Parts: sequence; C-alpha cells; structure tokens
Amino acid sequence: MEIRTPSEIAMETVLSVQDYTILASQAVANVFRKPRYLADTLLQADSIGVGSLPVVVLAGMSIGAVLALQSSNTLQRFGSLSLTGQLVSLSMVRELGAVISGLMVAGRNASGIASELGTMKVTEQIDAMRALGTDPLKKLVTPRVIATTIMLFFLTVIADLVGLGGGWLVSRFALALDSNQYWTTAWQSLQFADVFMGLTKPLLFGFIIASVGCYYGLTAKGGTQGVGRATTQAMVSSSVMILMVDFFYTKLLMTLMHVH
Amino acid sequence: MGTTLSSPQAAAPPPNDSQKTIVFERVSIAFDERVVLDNVSFELGRGETKMLLGVLGSGKTTILKLALGLIKPDSGDIYVLGEHVNAMSEDLLFELRRKMGMVFQESALFDSLTVRENVAFRLIEEGMPPEEIERRVREALRFVELENTIEQFPGELSGGMKRRVGIARAIVDRPEILLYDSPTAGLDPVTSTTIIELLVKQRDVYHTSALMTTHRLPDTLIMAGNYFDVKENKMKPIPPGSSIDAGTTFLLLKDGKVIFDGTVEELAASKDEYIREYFA
Repeated sequence: MEIRTPSEIAMETVLSVQDYTILASQAVANVFRKPRYLADTLLQADSIGVGSLPVVVLAGMSIGAVLALQSSNTLQRFGSLSLTGQLVSLSMVRELGAVISGLMVAGRNASGIASELGTMKVTEQIDAMRALGTDPLKKLVTPRVIATTIMLFFLTVIADLVGLGGGWLVSRFALALDSNQYWTTAWQSLQFADVFMGLTKPLLFGFIIASVGCYYGLTAKGGTQGVGRATTQAMVSSSVMILMVDFFYTKLLMTLMHVH
Repeated sequence: MGTTLSSPQAAAPPPNDSQKTIVFERVSIAFDERVVLDNVSFELGRGETKMLLGVLGSGKTTILKLALGLIKPDSGDIYVLGEHVNAMSEDLLFELRRKMGMVFQESALFDSLTVRENVAFRLIEEGMPPEEIERRVREALRFVELENTIEQFPGELSGGMKRRVGIARAIVDRPEILLYDSPTAGLDPVTSTTIIELLVKQRDVYHTSALMTTHRLPDTLIMAGNYFDVKENKMKPIPPGSSIDAGTTFLLLKDGKVIFDGTVEELAASKDEYIREYFA
C-alpha cells in the first residue's frame, strides 16, 4: 500500500472539497438552465421517494413509539405523563423526523446513486454520454438532486405523522393516556418555528444525500472495487454531513428564531 | 446522405487539403509526470480514414479523447471542423460533439437502456419527432445488421454485437467525423472482419472522416486493401493496378511521438527499423 505524506492527504482533501463544491453548485445552477429532464426527475422521485417510503414509515413509527415509552418513566416521576404528546410531537417535528428520514434515505439512496453512477463511470458510459453531446451533470446529477430534495421533504412529513401515531399507540395502549389529551398537547405545543425548523432540514439533507452520492459516483475509479469503495464512502460521508449540518443549522435557527 | 458505391471507380474521394476535419498542432500531454504525447502534429482530411497505430499505452486513445475535448492538452492546439477545441467551454464542446461519433473499445452502451434507446439516445436529446427517431434507429441497426435486437438490452448481446450497436449509435445522426477506439479488440477473427467490413462500408458509402486506433495489423491491411461494393453489398479487395483510393492512411506512434504519417505504399517503402520491426 502506498504511503502518503500528511501534506499530500491535506491537498487531496482540499481538492475533493473543491471538486464537490463545483459539482454541487453546478447541480443547483442547472436547475435554472435548459435542457430540463422532467421524465428523469420523475423517475428518480419514484425510485427515491416511493421506494424509501416503507423504510421511513417503519423507522418513524418505531422512533415515535420508543420515544413515548422511554420518556413516560421520567415524566411519570414528575407527575407530567400527560405531556407525552407534547414531548413526542416536539422531538419528532423539530428533529427526529428529518434526521431519521435523512439517515434512512442516505443509507438507501446515497449508496445507490454512487454505485449506479460509479458503474457508469468505470464502464465509460459517462464518457460516452459526453461524447454523444449530453452533459452528465444535467442529465444525471440535477434530476437526482431535485428528486431527492423534494421527496425527502414529503418523507419527513410522513415520518413526523407516523411517529406521532406510534407515540399515540404507546400512550393509548401501554400508558392508558386519553387520546384526546395526547393529540391536543401534541398539536398545541407546536409553534411556527418548530415546523419551519423541521421542514427546512429535509431540503438541506436531501441536497446533501444526492450531491454526495453523485460526487462519489462520478469520481469512482479502479473497477468494481472502486465502485464498492465509492458506495461506502457516499453513505458514510452523507450520514456524517447530515448530522453535522443538523447541529449547526439547529443552532443557527434557535438563535435567529429565539427557540428554546 | 453520401453517395453510394456501385463500382470500384466510385470509391471514397481522396482527402482535400483545403478541408481538414481534425488538425493537431504540436500537442503534448502528460499524466502523473509520464509524457503520453510529445509534440504530436497531424491532419485528417475530409473523407479520410486515418489508422492510429502503436504499442499499448502509446497514446492512441488519448488522441481520440483530445479530439473530442474530453481531456485538454498541456500544450499545443487542436482544431476540429474549424473549431479550436482546447479553447472551447464545455457547453460549446457539447454542440461540437454532436457532429462527431465515437465507438468505444468496450462499447460503453448504456446498460439500463434497450438497444433502441441506446441508438436513439442522441436523437431523443435533440428533440427529434418519435417517428423520425424510429426510422433513423432502424436504418442504423439495419446498417450493422442487428435490427432484430432492437428490444434487447446490451447485457443480452455478445461482444461483437455490442460493438456493432456501438457503431449504430455513433452513425445514427450522420456525424461528420467518426472516432473508433480499437473496435475489434478482444474479438475473434471472424467477428473482427465483420466489424471491419462495417467500417469499410461506412467509409465508402458515407465518406465519413475517421480516426481509428488499433494494434491489430490485419485489420489495418483489410481497411487499406478493400473497398465496399454496394451492388453486391459486400467488401471486395481492391484489384492490383486499380485507381481506387481507399482513402486510408497510417499514423504510427512511438514514445509519444509520431514516427510515421502516410499511405500504405509509403509505409511499405519505409526503411525505418522500428517500423519494419512493428509490421514484421
């Protein structure tokens, strides 16, 4: 195995960040430039959005139910079991719905996008596309970015709703709480800032998932082994980026919107 | 559409010096400090087919990628159809590439698309009406004698069939220049001859300018020594003493430099030791 110096590693990292930034900015710029690939975008929306629905529903419901179950013990100690709905609602809408959906879609689609584009890269299909006069960024990257960004928004809304549903199931049947009380506290506790925070995060996460997946796919080299490496890197990098961006974006919004 | 051949006298016209389709001027490029092309200069005339020869890693495929603008040279100038390729933006290059066709060594067919969709790819991108696309796709597939595979996926085809679909995809929009990257590499002799016959047919029927890389010497000799007879729909040897000009020239690379650029007769007459050894 080739040994690299720290300066070489640093230079490679800076170059990778630069290349990713160029790809991501071109993907955004292409949204406003012709040709637009509506059919490809719809195809990707179906594959990414509809295809991810079962896993997002399952994860959302489990998280909502576990959240109600885990918090009930603490809330009971303070005689506040009636606030279970509020706790589940705020946690799901502000944070968990978006993050869980993002991580699930990253695991499924960042790797899927990277392996698909990576295979096209190592078999010269990307070069063939360029040789045929078609821009792979417009044809392959932008439709995936648009589709993932939009579909993750709706998946997050669904994850929030089924998470609240999961919390209700536990509250109603395990904790014997009144359904009306659960939904009332869940609904009334939500402020505009909470919903805004929870529904703008998936737009960022969706963009990260697709752009990172495309970046690793289009820079794959070294045959099937290279494609495998790109697939793993895409999933890991997009998951880490989601968690990092989540922290800083949450902090920014809490400061700007005075959320406590 | 180009004129068709019915007799040896109607073979491809000789390249016209005033009409250069590709010009390389002192082009150099290195990868990881390894010089691949060093001051390479040559010209491709309209209707001419130039065979790029050289050992593995001599920079043949790099020349094709440079001509397409897929990579940029470190120095020198490249002109394609009068356009200064290395000074063009990627958007302008996409326009230029639509006038060129490329056949990749491993076909590079889109594996998730059918043969029809692969061949129609460029026409769909151009927004051509569906009926016209269907007509052109069938015409191109008929040319390579694979119309019956139109609904199949590339994974269902043999290596030789994939190359032929690759040729159909390259010629479907009637490009002014064709680039063939080792179109017979890895194929058995019979399939190779079928592919070469298609290239001779394309050369003599449509008079398309072409650059072809290869390290299979028999292929180059077939290209230079045969013409396509449209009436009989088959390739025939050029009779000795005939005035037919196959319009095929040779360019030999060694250590990144051009050591020969000329006709088959000039090649045969060469006294250069390396050239004689290469063709031995």
